[in-house]
Amino acid sequence: MQTNTVSPDVAKAVQKWQKKPGSLIMALHEIQSRYGYVPREVSMEVAQLMNVPLARIYEVITFYNYFRIEPPGKHNVSVCLGTACYLKGAAAVQSALSKTLDLGKDGTTPDGEFHVENVRCVGCCGLAPVVVIDGVTLGKVTPSVVVEKIETIQKAKAAQ
Amino acid sequence: MSKLSVGDLARMQTELSSAARTDWIKVGTGTCGIAAGAERVFRLLDDEIKKRGLAIEVRRVGCVGMCAMEPLVEVSVQGAPRTMYGSVDESIAQQILDDHIGKKRPVSKYVVPGVAELGFREQGIETPTSCKQLRIVTRNCGMIDPTKIEEYIARGGYQALESAIHKLGPEGVLKEMKESGLRGRGGAGFPTWLKWSFTRNANADQKYMICNGDEGDPGAYMDRSVLESDPHSVLEGMLIAAFTIGASVGYLYIRAEYPLAVDRIESAIRQARRLGLVGDNILGSKFSCDLEVRLGAGAFVCGEETALMASIEGKRGTPTPRPPYPAQQGLWKKPSNINNVETLSSVAPIIQRGGAWYAGIGIGKSTGTKVFAVTGKVLNSGLVEVPLGTTIREIVVDTCGGVAQGRQLKAIQTGGPSGGVIPADKFDTKITYESLAELGSIMGSGGMIVMDDRDDMVDIATFYMGFCVEESCGKCAPCRIGGKQMLLLLEKVKEGKATQDDIQLMTRLATAMQKASLCGLGQTAPNPVLSTYRYFRSEYERLLS
Repeated sequence: MQTNTVSPDVAKAVQKWQKKPGSLIMALHEIQSRYGYVPREVSMEVAQLMNVPLARIYEVITFYNYFRIEPPGKHNVSVCLGTACYLKGAAAVQSALSKTLDLGKDGTTPDGEFHVENVRCVGCCGLAPVVVIDGVTLGKVTPSVVVEKIETIQKAKAAQ
Repeated sequence: MSKLSVGDLARMQTELSSAARTDWIKVGTGTCGIAAGAERVFRLLDDEIKKRGLAIEVRRVGCVGMCAMEPLVEVSVQGAPRTMYGSVDESIAQQILDDHIGKKRPVSKYVVPGVAELGFREQGIETPTSCKQLRIVTRNCGMIDPTKIEEYIARGGYQALESAIHKLGPEGVLKEMKESGLRGRGGAGFPTWLKWSFTRNANADQKYMICNGDEGDPGAYMDRSVLESDPHSVLEGMLIAAFTIGASVGYLYIRAEYPLAVDRIESAIRQARRLGLVGDNILGSKFSCDLEVRLGAGAFVCGEETALMASIEGKRGTPTPRPPYPAQQGLWKKPSNINNVETLSSVAPIIQRGGAWYAGIGIGKSTGTKVFAVTGKVLNSGLVEVPLGTTIREIVVDTCGGVAQGRQLKAIQTGGPSGGVIPADKFDTKITYESLAELGSIMGSGGMIVMDDRDDMVDIATFYMGFCVEESCGKCAPCRIGGKQMLLLLEKVKEGKATQDDIQLMTRLATAMQKASLCGLGQTAPNPVLSTYRYFRSEYERLLS
């Protein structure tokens, strides 16, 4: 099966790790940081390049929380549900987000603009509760602060 | 810079420390600091100092441990007292420049009180001080620029490695480690020297040294902080361990959720390699060891040794029964030794100052210091390093300020999802591995979640059980099925539909999980339920129908 979806830099990354023993996970990390998720076609290509069955790759991807098989949203929101955040009101932040974006506890909005996920501890417990929006960690948030951030992004998009 | 050999490190230390600027501004730029806006503050200060042409060095440092007050800026200039500022934004930074730097008058409004008294400032680690903290693991955190190996060397870095290789030899290292009494800081508390000697005694053509940086306990972040703030202390500990057990390859397994820690460790390895401290013929000796980073991918169970090794091999992180122990058959079936970040960071000071010095700190079989991440409903969340044997009250109340005014301390949870709660009336307990176990909790990785009178214990127990159910790898039935059933029962309790029989059933399930689960995750998962039930039974009983 030959596909043309792999960009040369990903192929290079895979080849780099291929030389080292047991580096499937590292190769998958490189792919996810390039695409934001691990597309099925790329997995097929990796299977071929690294000479591992596709099932082995999916076995790994689906075991680890970090890997995604669905594309992320244009904007990504991670709500930390570690213990400190939970105690300091992360659940309220989570429900405010679901309400604003009309989502369940996590998921992607139908227009693909926002993806919300719950994560277990980003290690900033001193600033709990914490959310990460597009890679920027925000500490000591309240439901209204987070909703405001989302609305700002929405307004910027509407103004375009 | 060329590769170093014997004697070079001490020479460099002298040269570097005499060349150091006396006037400086330090900005804490760990993950917490950056999240609070430290980068903007750093840029403003750095630009202004350069613009004004002042001989003041503006430096990025790691995390000093007062996480709730980030961004933290420490200023030391001649003519004014050394001062720590908290929650600094750009306008406060401007005031610091105008008043403190310009007029030598500290901006008292934003000064963090009690920095030295509470132990958040560097101190000689040989001498006990009047404050509760003793910073051994975090000796350089918040003091040095973690991206510069020179700053680590200027504080005596890598000289313990040199003395291990050129003076002590593997047996000498083991002797010091044994005398120190250091035990695994990842949670289980197994004697580190013994673990090393098992791997050292195994016969094989290849052995591996692994650093466990998969800090999965939600609520503990000291490993992240040490990796970010003082990466070389971890590398030096790893190299000494690798030298002792005879490993030529070392892996640092770090959570992918900690991108800054990964960056800093990777850059530290590159710098150490350039100086001949990693790679072939380290410090001109026959000892060669290469270090590499492997990323975790968000699986709590990978903190378990055998699961972690499966993950490094590129597989699903499911544990395997022991024996065989990793010391006999570990990574790729070769003898392997795994230590936690904090354990490894303790090694260099032990080798430099001797095992007896370390054994003099702490009490009984719990020697040395432990870092605790104090979070939750506490006034000043942060990382606190204290000698073992310090009481819970001294940490939570004396050092971190207790709970907010008008609220009451109810309990702390230690050991995360594998630990248990300890009620406030037990806060005068001296913390040791044994005392926490007696109270129905564990030391764990050192998370300490503070709860006040508004926190509902059944809810907390359900939270932790939910975590364990999600994180169970599913390999063995007691954990996979038992955990789910316990969670359903807890939810039944919360809904007010449970009876005394359900509680009985829950206790029986807990025993089955503890006895029959394959690994630590399942064996300890019932702990939060059992301990909340033990100390706060009435909160369960008032919900029963």
